[in-house]
Amino acid sequence: MGENFLLQVRDLHTQFVTQSGVVKAVDGVNFEVKPGETLGIVGESGSGKSMTALSIMKLVPSPPGEIVKGEILYNGDDLIKKTEKQMRHIRGNKISMIFQDPMTSLNPVFTVGEQLTETLRTHRNVSKRQALEHATELLNLVGIPDPKARLKNYPHEFSGGMRQRVMIAMALACDPELLIADEPTTALDVTVQAQILELLKKLQKELGMAIIMITHDLGVVAEICDRVMVMYAGKQVEFTDRFRLFDVPKHPYTWGLLNSIPKMEKEKKRLKAISGHPPDLRHLRKGCPFAERCPKAKASCRIQAPHLQEVEPGHLVSCLLYEEEKVTLE
Amino acid sequence: MTPLLEVKGLKKHFPITKGAVIPRKVGAVKAVDGVSFQLEQGKTLGLVGESGCGKSTTGRTILKLIEPTEGQILFKGQDITSLKGNKLRRLRKDMQLIFQDPFASLNPRMTVEQIIAEPMKVFGINKAARRKKIDQLLDVVGLSGYHKNRYPHEFSGGQRQRVGIARALALDPDLIICDEPVSALDVSIQAQVINLMEDLQKEFGLTYLFIAHDLGVVHHISDQIAVMYLGEIVEYGHYHELYEHPKHPYTQALLSAIPEANPHLQKERIVLKGDVPSPAHPPAGCKFHTRCPLAQERCRLEKPIMKTVSPTGQQAACHFVKEVGHGDRFVVPK
Repeated sequence: MGENFLLQVRDLHTQFVTQSGVVKAVDGVNFEVKPGETLGIVGESGSGKSMTALSIMKLVPSPPGEIVKGEILYNGDDLIKKTEKQMRHIRGNKISMIFQDPMTSLNPVFTVGEQLTETLRTHRNVSKRQALEHATELLNLVGIPDPKARLKNYPHEFSGGMRQRVMIAMALACDPELLIADEPTTALDVTVQAQILELLKKLQKELGMAIIMITHDLGVVAEICDRVMVMYAGKQVEFTDRFRLFDVPKHPYTWGLLNSIPKMEKEKKRLKAISGHPPDLRHLRKGCPFAERCPKAKASCRIQAPHLQEVEPGHLVSCLLYEEEKVTLE
Repeated sequence: MTPLLEVKGLKKHFPITKGAVIPRKVGAVKAVDGVSFQLEQGKTLGLVGESGCGKSTTGRTILKLIEPTEGQILFKGQDITSLKGNKLRRLRKDMQLIFQDPFASLNPRMTVEQIIAEPMKVFGINKAARRKKIDQLLDVVGLSGYHKNRYPHEFSGGQRQRVGIARALALDPDLIICDEPVSALDVSIQAQVINLMEDLQKEFGLTYLFIAHDLGVVHHISDQIAVMYLGEIVEYGHYHELYEHPKHPYTQALLSAIPEANPHLQKERIVLKGDVPSPAHPPAGCKFHTRCPLAQERCRLEKPIMKTVSPTGQQAACHFVKEVGHGDRFVVPK
């Protein structure tokens, strides 16, 4: 291995067995996270971005879900082979996660202090008093005023933005090397979203952790991510750095996403929407899953599935447009 | 020309009561606190603001789904504030609502046909006419005839929103109040629904009051934009002028907070401290002074009034913006 990766995901397949068929929620995803970087995963609902994250944490509800194939190498160790007991040492300690809705992910019957110290007491051999002191520091770190008094408050006594700060404090309790943020700002107002994004940037600089940022908002991606993976129907369609993604997007789906965002220009142009809607994952057809909605689709797209390949240095795309081009060039 | 809708000093205060047996009023949540605007036929007014700023309550009060506490609502020149019963019902025909959540706003036990037919049934349109209209409507919103007998759960979010739009159009309304109609949808679907709403506006000459928190979407669809904060409009103006030259510090902060899909852009961001204060105890003076980066002593004491700040009629309520001409209420520039 030339480069040092914190996390490597190789050919990950996560499936759900339902009464009406097998749903391939994550279908052959490959990526790696370097220490200290921010990787963005973008896609629409049902594209498999959250399932990818849950697979890394091994939190896929099972049954009906199951990781059927692949490797998740964390510092070279395959997490898929770990037992539940071993995973518990990793979750919340080495890898932590924050969720979209801070109200449902905090327990309403315990105070914030109790919930914060729980993480510390589980993973670190500390006394109750030490844990409380550390919890106060954490709340201070995430910018909650009067942290000592706030520890005694219950989640409902916090506003949405403050709750998300508490969630972040909890996730940071054990200095994780990797933070997985699943739509952390989607439920928040823009001004509060700006606060949380600034906070995440600041914390990353101070603590040096890597972040996997799952979002559907390309604005958030442009703001915070170093590299971006675009997902569609469980597959990875494009993977590159953020500048290339916005400057020279390659996949027709990425074009569609970028065109769908209203531009704030004086002359209003009609939005170029992607026609149709995402496919039903239970009844995926042969070929490229995006072919149905793709403006560039050819007959071969409905027969042959594209493969992810590097079309330019550091720019991976899964689309037949480029595969055939490559063939003719050669 | 009389505007289609005129709202003057609209207020809605929800009482806070104490005591289970004999409730007594101990305070009020000032959800809407003196909102005025005019909306012309065929135009779109965008209403933006953070959650809890009263934008939805404003929409619902205009429809008289909620009784206003104070103020006047003029629809087609007629004062509808105190209308009741039959008269109100007849008027409702001309005003419709599109909801945010296409999952909760459609009855899961009704087929699409029944859902769209219901408003027409209420207004006594006969079966044959209803049938014809339903086919027409489905076609207009981009659904097919065979969708008629399906139930809401068989549709995707975008399609459900189309059903909601078809229902709103069933009675040929003049005004449609759109309460966050696209915020529950994915970007690619959101663009489809926005395009559809624009097409419908052109085709039927609809007037929209477009309530949303997504500033990009509001900019795209609106002619005029009003920015709300704690139940009041703090700035109002032409969509692009307001975005290019925001005058009120709140609008400036709001706009600077949008993450834009351009990684090269290094924005000077105004990060507001804290959260929106509770509308039950709004700050005295200028309501924004607790979070405003420019706040001075005067802001704590004196409430700013709306003043015209540009020749095109942009208005802002802030002590620190320069006035152009004068006027204390909105004038929609022609």
